[in-house]
Amino acid sequence: MSATMQQVAPAITPAQVVMDCKLDKIFYGSFLAVRDSHVPIEKNKITGFIGPSGCGKSTVLRSLNRMNDLVEGFRFDGHVHFLGQDVYGKGVDPVVVRRYIGMVFQQPNPFSMSIFDNVAFGLRLNRYKGDIGDRVKAALQGAALWDEVKEKLKVSGLALSGGQQQRLCIARAIATEPEVLLMDEPCSALDPIATRRVEELMVELKKDYTIALVTHNMQQATRVADTTAFFSVDISQGTRTGYLVEMGPTSQIFDHPREKLTKDYISGQFS
Amino acid sequence: MSNLSSVLSAVPSLQRKLEGRALRSILLSALVWISALVASVPLFSVLYMLIMRGGSRLSLEVFTELPPAGFEMGGGFGNALVGTFVMVGIAAAIAIPVGIMAAVFLAELGPSSKLANTARFAAKTLTGLPSILAGVFAYAMVVLTTGTYSAPAGGVALAVLMLPIVVLTAEEAMKMVPKIMKDAAYGMGCTRSQVVWKVVLPTGMPAILTGVMLAVARAAGETAPLLFTALFSNYWIFHEGQLEVMSPTASLAVLIYNFSGMPFDNQLELAWAASLVLVMIVLVVNVVSRIVGKPKF
Repeated sequence: MSATMQQVAPAITPAQVVMDCKLDKIFYGSFLAVRDSHVPIEKNKITGFIGPSGCGKSTVLRSLNRMNDLVEGFRFDGHVHFLGQDVYGKGVDPVVVRRYIGMVFQQPNPFSMSIFDNVAFGLRLNRYKGDIGDRVKAALQGAALWDEVKEKLKVSGLALSGGQQQRLCIARAIATEPEVLLMDEPCSALDPIATRRVEELMVELKKDYTIALVTHNMQQATRVADTTAFFSVDISQGTRTGYLVEMGPTSQIFDHPREKLTKDYISGQFS
Repeated sequence: MSNLSSVLSAVPSLQRKLEGRALRSILLSALVWISALVASVPLFSVLYMLIMRGGSRLSLEVFTELPPAGFEMGGGFGNALVGTFVMVGIAAAIAIPVGIMAAVFLAELGPSSKLANTARFAAKTLTGLPSILAGVFAYAMVVLTTGTYSAPAGGVALAVLMLPIVVLTAEEAMKMVPKIMKDAAYGMGCTRSQVVWKVVLPTGMPAILTGVMLAVARAAGETAPLLFTALFSNYWIFHEGQLEVMSPTASLAVLIYNFSGMPFDNQLELAWAASLVLVMIVLVVNVVSRIVGKPKF
């Protein structure tokens, strides 16, 4: 049912931009890491960020929920409009931003506590008043992990396999139902079978969430991303500054790239 | 590649030969084996000697009765046992909270700040402090200001010895918490103090408890800092219907020190028995710390 809606929806209504990210300049100290990248992220879609290593795609992702504020020397020029507010606006608390924009990391990083407590973590953090057990179950179901762990919710999250840990982290992130999920190479530490499961999960999750996905794996982008943003590195100024080369529907980026650089990258001429 | 034939003979013998490298390897292995054995000899020989000489004197009586006077027979060290527990308890109540909070600062808030470097240096120096100086410190701070030898004075002296152990082991324990786990907490929308309270402290807790236990064990066995802070007493701390905290207090360590120099067989036997009890307490605390400190995975 929802699959047909998914196909029909874009044709009827223009896609709604949930996060309008205009990244003019991102600095670490005096190092210009990213410049001139305008990345709109559309609702209920997966936006893939691809590009060679060092092109700043993770930096871009981590600046969207202000995770980079934790890095010393981080400076940001531009804006990230989210729900009608600038994430970098005056008086905005980065801690609150991160509660609305969830994150899944490269390495599975469950807390050293039970599976249940891992998923309940965000609910308790936000003093959720309802039935925590129901929400934990729903989140684990949403992350396609419930059937595997329903008998052992009290077991430590660290006892799970890598792929299960990553799905636990996804369950933890969606338990509070954030608006957007940022995923920073979520499959790079997983084996092919676990990778496939997480990819299927991402496609399933976009019905309810908006996803921004950094991946070093172009095939992964073609498999799951609706929109793809290609970043590259500019070394003309003597440093390595990442920038957005082009962005568009995934099929267009891979089949009819506008830029020669994109074409060279996706045909494997550099990486 | 052409040089290879000149280095390795054409028809190799793959048999092990007892010469050169192989022999050195065996000798070195033997050396470290023996060294490991030597390192474990003192504990077990002390334990053996204590059981032999103090074991026979152990009875319910020694735990419940007061120390005997000169030519008196029987008696025990019940008050010293209680005194040790009370003073180690006071020390723990001071050193554990202060030590863990200081460690939070060192590991999480300002790891490379000037204050952190100073505190770390102070803690490391303090671990090497002769324990009698902790007694001098507590004598000046507590005994002189309150005008009496007392359990709190002994507790403060022991706390000075415990504090650096707690600070340094707790800092290490918190540093062991993986950065990706802290990132996860920040990513969920934790403030810095929530990251510390909800993730760093619980995750590091087993290792922190190990450090705490080691500090408790060390404090329980200390004699010198108690000699002129708590002194000794032949009476219960709970004496004639009231708790006499602000008066000289007995401890196992000082009882052993006092009795072992006496010319009476009864007191000497009690000193051996008290030593056995004290070593058993330290041993139990260490074993417990190993159990709680065992990583779950």
